[in-house]
Amino acid sequence: MLNATVAELSSALAARRVSSVELAHLFLDRIERLNASLNAFITVDRAHTLEDARRADARRARQDARPLDGIPIAHKDIYCTAGLRTTCGSRMLENFVSPYDAHVIERLSTAGAVMLGKTNMDEFAMGSSNETSYFGPVRNPWDTARVPGGSSGGSAAAVAARMAPAATGTDTGGSIRQPAALTGTCGLKPTYGLVSRYGMIAFASSFDQGGPIARTAQDLALLLNAMAGFDARDSTSIERAPEDYARALDIDLKDLRIGVPEEFFGDGLDADVRARVEEALRWFGAEGARTVPVRLPNAGLALPVYYVLAPAEASSNLSRYDGVRYGHRAQDYADLLDMYLRSRTEGFGEEVKRRILVGTYVLSHGYYDAYYLQAQKLRRLIAQDFVAAYRDCDVIVGPTTPTTAFALDSKMDDPVQMYLNDIYTIPAPLAGLPALSIPCGFDRQGLPVGLQLTGNHFSEARLLGIAHRYQQASDWHLRMPAETPL
Amino acid sequence: MLPVLNAAAVELAVRFGLAVGATINRRSIFARKNYFYPDLPKGYQISQYELPIVQGGTVAVALPEGEKRIALTRAHLEEDAGKSLHEDFHGMSGIDLNRAGTALLEIVSEPDLRGAKEAVAYARALHALVVWIGVCDGNMQEGSFRCDANVSVRRAGDSAYGTRCEIKNLNSFRFMERAIEFEARRQIGILEDGGRIEQETRLYDPDRDETRSMRSKEEAHDYRYFPDPDLLPLVVGEQDIARIGAEMPELPGVRLQRLTETFALPAATAAILTSSRQLADYFESAIANADLETVRQTANWIAGNTSAKLNALGIGIEDCPVGPAQLRGLIDRLADGTLSAKLAKEVDDAMWAGEGSADAIIEKRGLQQISDLGALEKAVDEVLAAHARQVEDYRAGKQKAFNSLVGQVMKATRGKANPAQVNEILRRKLD
Repeated sequence: MLNATVAELSSALAARRVSSVELAHLFLDRIERLNASLNAFITVDRAHTLEDARRADARRARQDARPLDGIPIAHKDIYCTAGLRTTCGSRMLENFVSPYDAHVIERLSTAGAVMLGKTNMDEFAMGSSNETSYFGPVRNPWDTARVPGGSSGGSAAAVAARMAPAATGTDTGGSIRQPAALTGTCGLKPTYGLVSRYGMIAFASSFDQGGPIARTAQDLALLLNAMAGFDARDSTSIERAPEDYARALDIDLKDLRIGVPEEFFGDGLDADVRARVEEALRWFGAEGARTVPVRLPNAGLALPVYYVLAPAEASSNLSRYDGVRYGHRAQDYADLLDMYLRSRTEGFGEEVKRRILVGTYVLSHGYYDAYYLQAQKLRRLIAQDFVAAYRDCDVIVGPTTPTTAFALDSKMDDPVQMYLNDIYTIPAPLAGLPALSIPCGFDRQGLPVGLQLTGNHFSEARLLGIAHRYQQASDWHLRMPAETPL
Repeated sequence: MLPVLNAAAVELAVRFGLAVGATINRRSIFARKNYFYPDLPKGYQISQYELPIVQGGTVAVALPEGEKRIALTRAHLEEDAGKSLHEDFHGMSGIDLNRAGTALLEIVSEPDLRGAKEAVAYARALHALVVWIGVCDGNMQEGSFRCDANVSVRRAGDSAYGTRCEIKNLNSFRFMERAIEFEARRQIGILEDGGRIEQETRLYDPDRDETRSMRSKEEAHDYRYFPDPDLLPLVVGEQDIARIGAEMPELPGVRLQRLTETFALPAATAAILTSSRQLADYFESAIANADLETVRQTANWIAGNTSAKLNALGIGIEDCPVGPAQLRGLIDRLADGTLSAKLAKEVDDAMWAGEGSADAIIEKRGLQQISDLGALEKAVDEVLAAHARQVEDYRAGKQKAFNSLVGQVMKATRGKANPAQVNEILRRKLD
């Protein structure tokens, strides 16, 4: 059961081969066993989880089962959960308990999912290695000396290590897809506006998007069915007819036009990663898909553009953590300004402070035009590149990350090297596009490689279908990390 | 929590814009104004910066020297902050967040105002307008209508404006006038001593009747405005603008003109009647199907008696215990001669006391004016017989004696005699 997918667990629950409570116990026990070494979870509340599971069993007994009834799911600790603390990986919110549930939490709970706990993450989702978490780094189940990626590193590691069959994540510049790639799991960042940001602690509002991490494309579809949906409480939420993403997974690959941008295969791309991605492209070709070269001429600017705009928004979003109403407040202070300074100095970690500084700088009088405004213009150009590319192709395929999982502590002293790991994942959120990562093999060290599929707006169903077809013919996604055997 | 635009606030902003003849920007942008303050829970205020919803427009202000149109720069939607309470907390500050995040329309005028009196007249005109069109309840104590004033002085003949100071905390028209006057005197004093005005934000202290520095230009915030990514650009459709325009109540200026022209009312009376929409509605309701003389009497009554009573009680027409139809009942009795002006006031008092309709009060108190010629002649004859001395005095040329005789008749009829008729009968009998 620990190794089963969400779809398989659903069948097992429906056939009464297992109960929700049994599943909850199974995963809670595994979390208890592995968390000391992986540190994937920040908060686990057994009683709460088991109560959820009992209710799911009761509904099933009444013939009132919902789509995900009894499926245990871990939540990134960025989603507000009423009654269970939400830390966002920060000392600032170490003891914060939200009075309300995030929309995503509401939706999954309404769909019957059972919350297993809150997963570790980079502080305020700022990081690509999960090392910026106040609660310590998460370790990669494939090699515990390595990072799982970030910021949704806890969720990805939990799914990879079979501590949870699926988890929620959030993606701002790659925070779902990059850790999915580094842990051999599947992660989907939906089209901006598809999943409500209500109750999802904001990092960079015009990029942030919630999405699922799971072991198969089919499971991503099942989770997305529950997570997507209009929410009037998020003004950027898009009102459109709901889709059943799990329904049409067996799509025809014949004549599918796969765009391959040369910009995603440039310097810095690890040879093994390149080889695995090219193998996957050949498989698609053998299935009748056509690969077409496309250009994303401004993709090279995506990283600097992102590192102007995201910190700008973050510097403003994080202003609310001032020690006045909730969150960390310094013990001793002389006056109001001193309270702000001390509370924020103590409450935030280094990377968060760095981004607040950068963001404040680029919005400052005299610098706004040169940085923020310029970056906004380039963001539009990057989005236009995609519009042009999608005239020639249906999906853009490339590597999710330039390298496989890197060693703990190897990039913490060099932020730019760290940021470069997101070089392929940043363009999609700049354009608000959906993108997913699925495993497509391993490098020579046995570390998983991620294949990234980027589609046009609201093409999640097609992306999931393409990924599903690939997974019907491959077993990379079924491999078990060596360090966390069952 | 994420911000969600308040549709009603947008509608009211558009209504205001149309009322002042402004441009309604079809597309406007919400920005974040970033600064730290305990009563600002998010650390930024959502406001409109580069593209406000309302641009331009004018407000007509009646000044002693005539009407002046004050140009508006813009009116933008923003969210209110909370309130910091620095009293009653024993050296600490309290923060009231109840109004934080509620919608606010900030109306910015051009530097068209010359002096405190003009500024107050403008603020009053604006206040009357926003209450009239239902954009604001006008309550200044509760902060529904608040003002900041930018004050600068310049030497007579100078064309350039002097350095300005912004005065905050003006929560009444009286404070506004005093604060501006104080601030102008302060600035003039500095200039005459050869000093320079520093641009700064100042706070008015009504207890000490002075302004004091809050923060200087150097301390001014760099607000780091940028478009709020949580709110998409606001697009107002043509149909919505047309609908809001069609639903606009008749504006005060238009109504003033109509009432003045249709009923030939004196300007001062018409101005009082249109000082609020409710009062004008009351008036127009009271004069339904009335002849011009009744209209005139009703107008005078409302502008005089009714207004005086409302002012004395400090209430508005909407709280007047006498409804418009009830008032009309009184005016009709005044117009048809049933009541003298004096009796009408007595009936009015009774109506305010809740004694019912004018007719019922007249009936109950027996207040009909005596216009019956026979009864009046009899009363006059009795008075003449009883006051031979006055009759003699009058015939000897003492006009005063005549008035005394009228008074005696009125007294004998307990004030119910029609004074005009009494006069006529007396003269006929004496001359």
